[in-house]
Amino acid sequence: MKQQEQIEKVKEYKYGFTTDIESIKSPKGLNEEVIKFISKIKKEPKWMLEWRLNAFKRLKNLKEPNWQKPKYPKINYQDLYYYSAPKSSKDKPKSLSEVDPKLLETYAKLGIPLKEQEKLSGVAVDAVFDSVSVATTFKDKLTEKGIIFCSISEAIQKHPDLVKKYLGSVIPITDHFFATLNSAVFTDGSFVYIPEGVRCPMELSTYFRINASETGQFERTLIIADKGSYVSYLEGCTAPMRDENQLHAANVELVALDDAEIKYSTVQNWYPGDKDGKGGIYNFVTKRGACRGKNSKISWTQVETGSAITWKYPSCILQGDNSVGEFYSIAITNNYQKADTGTKMIHIGKNTKSKIISKGISAGHADNTYRGLVDINKKASNARNYTQCDSLLMGNKCGAHTVPYIKNKNHSSIVEHEATTSKINEEQLYYCNQRGLNQEEAVGLIVNGFCKEVLQQLPMEFAVEAQKLVGISLEGSVG
Amino acid sequence: MLEIKNLQASINNKSILKGLNLTINPGELHAIMGPNGSGKSTLANVLSGKNGYEISGKMNFMGENLIKLPIEERAQKGIFLAFQYPLEIPGVNTNNFLKTSLNSVRKAKGEKELDSISFLKLVKEKSSELGIDEKILSRQLNVGFSGGEKKKNEILQMKILDPSFSILDETDSGLDIDALKIVANGVNSSRTSKKSFLVITHYQRLLDYIKPDFVHVLSDGKIIKTGCSELAQELEKKGYQKIS
Repeated sequence: MKQQEQIEKVKEYKYGFTTDIESIKSPKGLNEEVIKFISKIKKEPKWMLEWRLNAFKRLKNLKEPNWQKPKYPKINYQDLYYYSAPKSSKDKPKSLSEVDPKLLETYAKLGIPLKEQEKLSGVAVDAVFDSVSVATTFKDKLTEKGIIFCSISEAIQKHPDLVKKYLGSVIPITDHFFATLNSAVFTDGSFVYIPEGVRCPMELSTYFRINASETGQFERTLIIADKGSYVSYLEGCTAPMRDENQLHAANVELVALDDAEIKYSTVQNWYPGDKDGKGGIYNFVTKRGACRGKNSKISWTQVETGSAITWKYPSCILQGDNSVGEFYSIAITNNYQKADTGTKMIHIGKNTKSKIISKGISAGHADNTYRGLVDINKKASNARNYTQCDSLLMGNKCGAHTVPYIKNKNHSSIVEHEATTSKINEEQLYYCNQRGLNQEEAVGLIVNGFCKEVLQQLPMEFAVEAQKLVGISLEGSVG
Repeated sequence: MLEIKNLQASINNKSILKGLNLTINPGELHAIMGPNGSGKSTLANVLSGKNGYEISGKMNFMGENLIKLPIEERAQKGIFLAFQYPLEIPGVNTNNFLKTSLNSVRKAKGEKELDSISFLKLVKEKSSELGIDEKILSRQLNVGFSGGEKKKNEILQMKILDPSFSILDETDSGLDIDALKIVANGVNSSRTSKKSFLVITHYQRLLDYIKPDFVHVLSDGKIIKTGCSELAQELEKKGYQKIS
């Protein structure tokens, strides 16, 4: 690639660098041997391997879903690497000072100065590079409160009882193709346990990054908030620019017991492909939370700006009486990106409440679908749902679709759905331009205004980053 | 400051400005009056650079040809338009908008950007000077503002951005007498020997408070008569029909 082109490309996607680090890979392909390889290299106990193999067995009977709007070429699952780890972290670092400085440099490029964060911002970070969790900051401080925040691999070894009890309890291994694939081959991810009555004193955060080529990334995250506890968790994701499409199929399970609250925020900025739609990540993710206890609450906030295809429905199962589920979403698609995203709110307990605020923005040739289910069971008396879906279109080659499914089997329950579709207004742009703002600043401002209700839900330090990302994602979309 | 010669503008093949000539010197305030459809708002739009017009003729601002300049560069060079119908932008905080706007203009001029504290100080000073409740600044930009509040907000923005040339497009329309005084006060307190104004209005009423150096009558895309402030009073009495 000529230098100029390279500069242009990097300007388009600023996280598009690769890091030159030697890595250990599993053999290519998906089979029992590979699963055994993963389990062995991670020194997993036997029950874990059996769990994985069990999932793999189920996988053989499952088909990829194809009801979603975005279609994609057939993925050859035998042509992927399912495990890739930076060589230097084979013996896991015990503290940041033992982490390969090159990795740290990568994180600095991503705008996550781990060291800085540790000292200044009070955010505990677990960083997952390709498949391995690299470093968890702030461990000591959390341990004092009895909070467990570590990689899932470490949790499998050190806290097997918790993992056995909760892993797969929200997303069973029989769930659906991608979730089951993840159960068979997941490599790493985060584990959080907040003990009874503890309010986690800081934001917990994970950064995921795909680095190696032809590698699928399958993280698994499990968060358990015990009775009366509270935690706010944020994940961020980036990937280098590659011409081929890369698969990312993560599973996230949340469990909130009586009176507990989990706030889960995502800023997803995987490589979206170039402006002609070449390359980019297939982001096929299963996220589900169970409000298992009474008065519990789970709140999902997502800012989805990256990926060639995004396919995810962070959901809440409202089992406990008076439990609350929330879903706040911004999905921005530009160029040839496609998103099919939304949520499922399953009301089971009495007086359960759910709220869905979805903001979809399409530009270029992109296609953006909100798909959501509100399901109120017979026994969920006095359940309440409010849904608002707003779509903003830029230009006339993009699409926005809203597909709500509403099932209400209880007479005392109320479901509300509001939807709007609008085009970005030329007059508004003119007004902003007349005040000295250039086209891109004006678009950024108007779109950020459109998304405000959702951006407000993000933790302070990430809201600023997300706002910038909203502007960057739409660069060049108005001519 | 501004020199317009034989300006023609059309939109969708419909000719609106048909050879307009106008020269505005530093420190002058010109009023433009004229019947509906005579091209008053088009003139404001064309000066600010709004898209969609076919333009020919000459339009120089501070010695620079305006025609090729994009909207924001004109704004950064000191052209301000108080909109007849200010736009609502949901979710955008008025203060935030104004700060972004001011800093774009300052940056273009090579001045230092203002931090939040100095900005808020400036806003406080200007709004109290104008007698505008600064509470409107913490609301979403023009959303749910009354007609009067929107117009006052435009004048406050003008005060803060401190442009060298301001165009007021029927800012007085629909205002009660108190709001009208605020608008007039905003203009009068900004007048210096270096700043110029173009005030588009339907009514003599505004000109009781703002003293123009020249009054022009625009009709069918041309200026058909120019006089001093007495011309406005004459118009008020006789109507446009009798002037030609």
